[in-house]
Amino acid sequence: MIAFVIRRMAQGVIVMLVVGFIAFSLFNFVGDPVSLMLPPEATQADRQAMRENLGLDKPFYVQFATFASNAVQGNFGISLRLGRPVSTLLVERLPATLELAFVAATLALVVGIPLGVYTGLNRNSWLSRVFLTVSLIGVSLPTFLIGIFLILIFAVWLGWLPSFGRGDTVMVGGWSTGFLTGSGLKALILPSITLGLFQLTLIMRLVRSEMLEVLRTDYIKFARARGLTNRAVNFGHALRNTLVPVITITGLQLGAIIAFAIITETVFQWPGMGLLFIQAVQFADIPVMAAYLCLIGFIFVVINLVVDMLYYFVDPRLRIDTGAAGGH
Amino acid sequence: MSQAPSPLLEVRHLRVEFNTRRGTLVAIDDVSFAIAPGEVLGVVGESGAGKSITGTAIIGLLEPPGRIAAGEIRLEGERIDNLPAEAMRKIRGRRIGAIFQDPLTSLNPLYTVGRQITETIQTHLPMNAAEARARAVDLLKEVGIPAAERRIDHYPHQFSGGMRQRVVIALALCANPRLIIADEPTTALDVSIQAQIIQLLKRLGREHGTAVMLVTHDMGVIAETADRVAVMYAGRLAEIGPVQEVIHNPQHPYTAGLMGSIPAIGQEVERLPQIEGSMPRLDAIPKGCAFNPRCPKVFDRCREERPDLLPAGATRAACWLHAGKAVDADERR
Ligand SMILES: Nc1ncnc2c1ncn2[C@@H]1O[C@H](COP(=O)(O)OP(=O)(O)OP(=O)(O)O)[C@@H](O)[C@H]1O
Ligand code: SF4
Ligand SMILES: [Mg+2]
Repeated sequence: MIAFVIRRMAQGVIVMLVVGFIAFSLFNFVGDPVSLMLPPEATQADRQAMRENLGLDKPFYVQFATFASNAVQGNFGISLRLGRPVSTLLVERLPATLELAFVAATLALVVGIPLGVYTGLNRNSWLSRVFLTVSLIGVSLPTFLIGIFLILIFAVWLGWLPSFGRGDTVMVGGWSTGFLTGSGLKALILPSITLGLFQLTLIMRLVRSEMLEVLRTDYIKFARARGLTNRAVNFGHALRNTLVPVITITGLQLGAIIAFAIITETVFQWPGMGLLFIQAVQFADIPVMAAYLCLIGFIFVVINLVVDMLYYFVDPRLRIDTGAAGGH
Repeated sequence: MSQAPSPLLEVRHLRVEFNTRRGTLVAIDDVSFAIAPGEVLGVVGESGAGKSITGTAIIGLLEPPGRIAAGEIRLEGERIDNLPAEAMRKIRGRRIGAIFQDPLTSLNPLYTVGRQITETIQTHLPMNAAEARARAVDLLKEVGIPAAERRIDHYPHQFSGGMRQRVVIALALCANPRLIIADEPTTALDVSIQAQIIQLLKRLGREHGTAVMLVTHDMGVIAETADRVAVMYAGRLAEIGPVQEVIHNPQHPYTAGLMGSIPAIGQEVERLPQIEGSMPRLDAIPKGCAFNPRCPKVFDRCREERPDLLPAGATRAACWLHAGKAVDADERR
């Protein structure tokens, strides 16, 4: 188990190095940062001074090493657009995105798994067909369209829910939360549905197909032959066996939810990291973009690590022969 | 109809159909047999003859589109084929145990064998967790799992195939059922282990007074284990009778072919090294006797009329060759 975790962490470090390198390359691809930062009338000498000041005259691997070691300490420099440290900006925006992603993921799981179980167990009922048809629509509509429809119906026509922003937030130990105010909770509803709907339908379809698969297995047939109750068979035996793929996909999707929050945050003007990133792109605010990339990469790596460790708790076959687990 | 031991299980005129898009397939057609308490009934027949479907119908686990279209199944005199699902569930595992072919896949990989056994015990018997666990250890010992106290907390993948099949047998025995339906319990196992498992089944059946319906392809196993044998062909019963008679003195040409011997009926003395051709598909069962295209003794009547089980020697066989003998109406159950 320990060897496995260490191996996984080493892989994570490699992934982060690659992501870091891509982020670092942004600085060179998107124009010359010096000319972006200095006024047009600056002299050649000014440029040279700035270049040396920023360490841009050094070989690229030295620059990368400096970038990486700064990044590890959370130092991504100063935002070109806002003139404040990037890390501060991200920390300010992180709670908004994480709360939105958390609610969206919870929604996807809490609704998606039961629907998947239901449609898997009642393959031919008309209600299952309705769910499946609706889910197809959910999968095929683009996120921003769903967001716009929801805004149109619930904010514009019905006027029940706000169409943009986070509502009122409360600071709890440096974390600004929208969970504690009425307007904060209301503001979460439409964006989290928009963000979670695709994942919800994905999880529902995944659980359904896994259930159908598991229900055909010999051990389910044998469990029925032993006279176990339907509840024990369906939930104790079948559902549990669908969990490994569900955990994998949910983990990956959680990363995707955080990453794709960009679109939802833009539609709802949600003050999270995604919106910060979009604004940074428009302004070619490279430090913010680079920091955002690294953070998203880091979140993916952490989630993958957690997912791998969850396997250990769900599947005893991995727990006992560690050798076989390496191949997973 | 008032013979001494009333049967434990009685199957009468069972018919199982599958409604498919291309019409109704009759997988089991007019099958009748009985199993006495403590008796071992062997069931043999080619692949697709309907052995597993018969067992599945008895434990009430036919899956749509399969259904019992006619006939009845009685357990200790009580009809069980038309029980509500919940009542039938209580019979499964409690009064009829089942063992399937593949021990490698019969156990849930995510739970310890102990959990699966105690769960089954507590489903059927009023025991608390500690009592159930004690019984589980006893059961594992009884089926010959060494160091049962320790092994009970192991997962299925930590057992060999033979050991897993022992666990499966323990699971079938949890609530001490009166009947166990064992569908090819050794087919998936190593040859060296097959005999042990069969011996175990036989011994447990004897010790607990449990009747066994043993489905197998292995005539050796049947000869050694069964009291009586039922031979199935194309969803019908071809012959049924005491094991020694069916093996050494088969009355149905198909059984004779299976045994690779000579049918001991009258004058013909021709060899049947093996049966040519193959069993008909369910949608193409010939008129009359289902065996007639392959039968070396076929005659006109066979192609027109379907034979019922007729008394034949010491067994009963569904073959017109035995129609000549006086049919005692009482015998034709
Ligand atoms: N779901 C189904 N739909 C249609 N026909 C089916 C279905 N399940 C089984 N059958 C048919 O029922 C017949 C009997 O099958 P069964 O499994 O009982 O055979 P078997 O005697 O156990 O054979 P084997 O020795 O291969 O296990 C087969 O011809 C099979 O094609
Ligand atoms: S009834 Fe006719 S075809 Fe059928 S087994 Fe007997 S002799 Fe052969
Ligand atoms: Mg079978």
